[in-house]
Amino acid sequence: MSKARSAPLRTALIHLALISYTLVALFPVFLTLVNSFKNRNAIFREPMSLPGPSTFSLIGYETVIAQGDFLGYFQNSLIVTVVSIALVLLFGAMAAFALSEYRFRGNTLLGLYLALGIMIPIRLGTVAILQGMVAAGLVNTLTSLILVYTAQGLPLAIFILSEFMRTVSDDLKNAGRIDGLSEYSIFFRLVLPLVRPAMATVAVFTMIPIWNDLWFPLILAPGEETKTVTLGAQMFIGQFVTNWNAVLSALSLAILPVMVLYVIFSRQLIRGITSGAVK
Amino acid sequence: MGSLQLKSIRKAFGTHDVLKGIDLDVQDGEFVIFVGPSGCGKSTLLRTIAGLEDVSSGSIRIDGQEVAGIPPAKRGIAMVFQSYALYPHLTVKDNMGLGLKQAGTEKAEIDTRVAKASGMLSLDPYLARRPAELSGGQRQRVAIGRAIVREPKLFLFDEPLSNLDAALRVQTRLEIAALHRRLKATMIYVTHDQVEAMTLADKIVVLNSGAIEQVGSPMELYNKPANIFVAGFIGSPQMNFIPAEKLDDTSAKTLGIRPEHISLSRDSGDWKGKVVHVEHLGADTIVYLETEVTGLLTVRLFGEHAYKPDDVVFATPDRERLHRFDSDDRAVAVHP
Ligand SMILES: Nc1ncnc2c1ncn2[C@@H]1O[C@H](COP(=O)(O)OP(=O)(O)OP(=O)(O)O)[C@@H](O)[C@H]1O
Ligand SMILES: [Mg+2]
Repeated sequence: MSKARSAPLRTALIHLALISYTLVALFPVFLTLVNSFKNRNAIFREPMSLPGPSTFSLIGYETVIAQGDFLGYFQNSLIVTVVSIALVLLFGAMAAFALSEYRFRGNTLLGLYLALGIMIPIRLGTVAILQGMVAAGLVNTLTSLILVYTAQGLPLAIFILSEFMRTVSDDLKNAGRIDGLSEYSIFFRLVLPLVRPAMATVAVFTMIPIWNDLWFPLILAPGEETKTVTLGAQMFIGQFVTNWNAVLSALSLAILPVMVLYVIFSRQLIRGITSGAVK
Repeated sequence: MGSLQLKSIRKAFGTHDVLKGIDLDVQDGEFVIFVGPSGCGKSTLLRTIAGLEDVSSGSIRIDGQEVAGIPPAKRGIAMVFQSYALYPHLTVKDNMGLGLKQAGTEKAEIDTRVAKASGMLSLDPYLARRPAELSGGQRQRVAIGRAIVREPKLFLFDEPLSNLDAALRVQTRLEIAALHRRLKATMIYVTHDQVEAMTLADKIVVLNSGAIEQVGSPMELYNKPANIFVAGFIGSPQMNFIPAEKLDDTSAKTLGIRPEHISLSRDSGDWKGKVVHVEHLGADTIVYLETEVTGLLTVRLFGEHAYKPDDVVFATPDRERLHRFDSDDRAVAVHP
């Protein structure tokens, strides 16, 4: 700490690196947001300029709201993402607790098997998944997406959470057992609060790919009723003409909910880090 | 109301035998201390008594009742852990009351018991705080309070003081001794610390790699160790061991003499030697000698002494206090 303070040049360099990374990462978002408020000519003539009195236009947003059921798409995306995160966290934490807490035959093997999904992308199984969903009559339902995303998120969740749960003090769990807490209360009341930062991390890692996914909505649930935002935005991209105003506006709107979720989870993350003392 | 019988307790983790047949009787109201080197199975034994770990074979009776299959909360025990293990999200009061609440005790009863325990441990000002807002000593007192509130037949302590600093350790040790006198409850206590073991125990159980080496009162273990292991483990600095043939003694294989039972003189004595190192502790002086007959010898003298390295001195053992061990390392029965 004191070393870093005594070297202002080093600190400056670190900040410079971080700031330039932030700029690079935020640039596309900035471009999308800015251009979504401009008319079509301005987007192409001066993509970098801010919307001025002559170029400002809400035409993109108007198109998005007028065409198709965008509110419905948002709702679909939110339902799928939130339910999937909830299931991934619940089942992931439970499996991680079992793997880290109980000694049983095949424990390590089961752990490895569950972690396998981290290395093998679930999209390799798309054909089989589609056949399964057709057979189960789940095509064009949000359930099908939720099931797939839960399966997709579980391996990493189990991997990260079981490592964290190993660090929760055995004495604490044993104290709970002596005080008569059931294994469920020990899990929900003692262990989960202590691994909350890890849960928030897993939630963020799980959320982004689900919200952004185009593949599975396109294959499993392309119907009007079950379209997600990313799929909905595609209808403005045509083979010959693309309505850029609408695309940019739709994408700008799509950023908002993820940002809200992210803020919620990162709050948890910070609170967990500062208040998790066991001893 | 809190006796404990262990009969040939065995415990294995996989193929690794941790407890190898433990037999032990603890009377009601006794303060029993388990000591032994690290990894000898003290904590494992304590956890099997608590029911946190299943035994591989053997029987445990608490208060005359076989407890196999009875969950920890219903065994009438309370345990205090080395790491305190307080619930971080609960206040001190709720930490102490949780066990009773789970058992369905009435709220008024919980409040009186918590108030009584917190009075005993001077925790009253902290009842509304969370564990994170307490010092180490206060946390350990809360952990002890949580055990008291349950009014158990049997208290189990697993190295409760080892996270505290020296001064606090002495103070908490005295509190635990006072608590035992006051509650007259049966207590089982694991420690690494010799002083804790000697000062608190009615009975010390010396464990070594999963088996009991000797059970006895502190003074029995000090004066009549059953074998070389106990003789070396109890007492600090460690007993001196001398091969008997060097002293032309045929009654034993090894002779043992405690550092405090050897006297030193500059003029005459049994074993001539040279001082190697001296430690001045104020109340004691520890002198390390290299003698011609016995090799390296530790001598503990009371008070201050002016020995220096390379001084030539004579050591004389107190013949009455010699310990004799046979070729199996067991103490030879006749004590001279
Ligand atoms: N869950 C477990 N799985 C496998 N081996 C274990 C387990 N718990 C303890 N052991 C082994 O059992 C032996 C005894 O452990 P235990 O914790 O009882 O020792 P201890 O006497 O309490 O030591 P210390 O004084 O260091 O606390 C050790 O060799 C340890 O490696
Ligand atoms: Mg231990």
